[in-house]
Amino acid sequence: MSVTASNPGDLAARSAAPVTEQQKWLHAYRQMVSIRLFEEQVNELYIRALMPGLAHLYSGEEAVAVGICEALRRDDYITSTHRGHGHCLAKGASPDRMFAELLGKEAGYCRGKGGSMHIADPATGNLGANAIVGGSVGIATGAAFAAKRLRTDRVAVCFFGEGALGQGSLYEVMNLAQLWKLPVIYVCENNLYNEYTHFSETTAGTILARATAFGIEATSVDGQDVRKVNEVASRLIQRARKGEGPSFLQADTYRFSGHHVGDISREYYRSKQEESLWKTERDPIKLHAAWLIAQRFADSASLDKTAAEIRNEMIAAVKFAVEAPYPSVKEVDQHVYA
Amino acid sequence: MPERELTFAQAIREALAEEMRRDATVCIIGEDVAEAGTPFKVLSGLVEEFGSERVVDTPISEAGFTGIGVGAAMTGMRPVVDIMFGDFITLTMDQMVNQAAKVHYMSGGHWNVPMVMRTTLGATRRSAAQHSQSLHAWFSHVPGLKVVLPSTPYDAKGLLKTAIRDNNPVVFFEDKMMYKLKGPVPEDDYTIPLGVADVKREGGDITLVATSSMVQTALGAASMLEKAGVSAEVVDPRTTWPLDEKTLIESAQKTSRVIVLDEGYGRYGVAAEIAAVIAAGAFYDLDAPVKRMGAMHVPIPFSPPLEDATVPTEQTVFEAARQMCGKA
Repeated sequence: MSVTASNPGDLAARSAAPVTEQQKWLHAYRQMVSIRLFEEQVNELYIRALMPGLAHLYSGEEAVAVGICEALRRDDYITSTHRGHGHCLAKGASPDRMFAELLGKEAGYCRGKGGSMHIADPATGNLGANAIVGGSVGIATGAAFAAKRLRTDRVAVCFFGEGALGQGSLYEVMNLAQLWKLPVIYVCENNLYNEYTHFSETTAGTILARATAFGIEATSVDGQDVRKVNEVASRLIQRARKGEGPSFLQADTYRFSGHHVGDISREYYRSKQEESLWKTERDPIKLHAAWLIAQRFADSASLDKTAAEIRNEMIAAVKFAVEAPYPSVKEVDQHVYA
Repeated sequence: MPERELTFAQAIREALAEEMRRDATVCIIGEDVAEAGTPFKVLSGLVEEFGSERVVDTPISEAGFTGIGVGAAMTGMRPVVDIMFGDFITLTMDQMVNQAAKVHYMSGGHWNVPMVMRTTLGATRRSAAQHSQSLHAWFSHVPGLKVVLPSTPYDAKGLLKTAIRDNNPVVFFEDKMMYKLKGPVPEDDYTIPLGVADVKREGGDITLVATSSMVQTALGAASMLEKAGVSAEVVDPRTTWPLDEKTLIESAQKTSRVIVLDEGYGRYGVAAEIAAVIAAGAFYDLDAPVKRMGAMHVPIPFSPPLEDATVPTEQTVFEAARQMCGKA
């Protein structure tokens, strides 16, 4: 099976695109581990007080970003969220420039002007992470509008958390996307918590019904299963590319860490037992690793070796970012206007 | 051959039509913009020429279709988003202030938002508190946006063409009471740069800085002042950002007295900013404190005599100017 055209997710574009089933799923594994280990370094940077501001870790949700982005072309669009490192990496961003952005360095994707919550990269179709919850639903839908008008056959994937279900603009643009049959896929990552509040306390009715009310094709998927996510995403993306309109994907997942790196005492909103259950039984990387081994696509020693290689790459990327210079203060008022 | 005259509305329409013919990525998105041509009939005829793919009717979802405009602008289109009444910009605030205005900067200059938002301002149409406000100060406050306030058909056409070609989000406010105003408009493809003020009338005793709807009021007051022996200069900044500080300061230095007229609320408004720029730039040449005249600090009332009392008029400007010049 050839996936050459549909796989942009090669981190830092270092290796050739995978072509066999084995290579495809090993690549997905590599991508998920990269995200996990990227976030591990982010947490370190935060603890060592090297990182200004806050960070919202994607650990635990890797199968969603990777499953979807592995089904996208490099020139397809995504919009991301405050919890966006995983989306950016899965779409092909390079860890060294991402770390540089997180540290406010000139070598960062946004010359240090955006930071953790605003990484954007035209080269990988990343329209930008957004720190307003639901803030990018219009942008993603607009990118789909342009794709349709300009007949480029690109699609747009709009990632958002279940917290964004509380924002009215989501329903405005879903209505428009369905009326205009736009090639946009709304991906609701339901990690169960709107910040520090369980989503059941904020969400009346069901999630999917909010999309089906507009006649939008809506489906849910186990967001811890990268292969299932990839399978359903491939179908929805193909559908959108053929002009059959928008769709809505609810990916059920879990945020392993707090809302942000400083959210350490969490027992007032969720139990340690719950966290432990997800981490031991529902870790998307462990689940995929077990499958790869069962398929004889890999053994545990080779997977460990991959992880060790990636960890070294991440450490090197952090070193690059730490040593990189800040932008000149002279550029503080540059890029206000194009 | 006499100069061709167009109404303000026709000038807007001509600018849009010319830019849509010139550039296939220009499209119009908004409520009742197609067959209806908007309630003000500004866009009549455009859907017939350009089709519903490019003149796109939307549901009543200002935040939604403004956001779509932002995303479309980032990915190859030049959308002109139509917000029927300026009061409705409140519904688009996140899209304009947190998204459109910041995309270029936050991305380190990698993404652009070449989008125009056209909307209206102005009271005295008997439309009450939610269809009469002039809220252009809000957008003028935000870095990353440009704000245009045309006051004549000529300026409307030239400035709108520039706004559409600009690679930044530009908010274009039209005084809805001005749509029927006639004036000379060349048929050629001319543009007017943003950030260049225009002296609408020369004078030596007092400067009336006026924006949008207030330019005609200032010109009327200037005629009255002439009869009372006061020579008033009328300067229209035409854009609140970028702001042509030089022209404003030079006029103030010449006349030594300044009234700033703007139909936004007087408090914390465009008039306050312009007054501060002039006070700082022409301090040693001024014979009187710079005076601001704007909308009263009340929600716009419906009752006609009450509504008329909320905005500066030729008479109130005339009286204020005469008093400032010691001729009262």
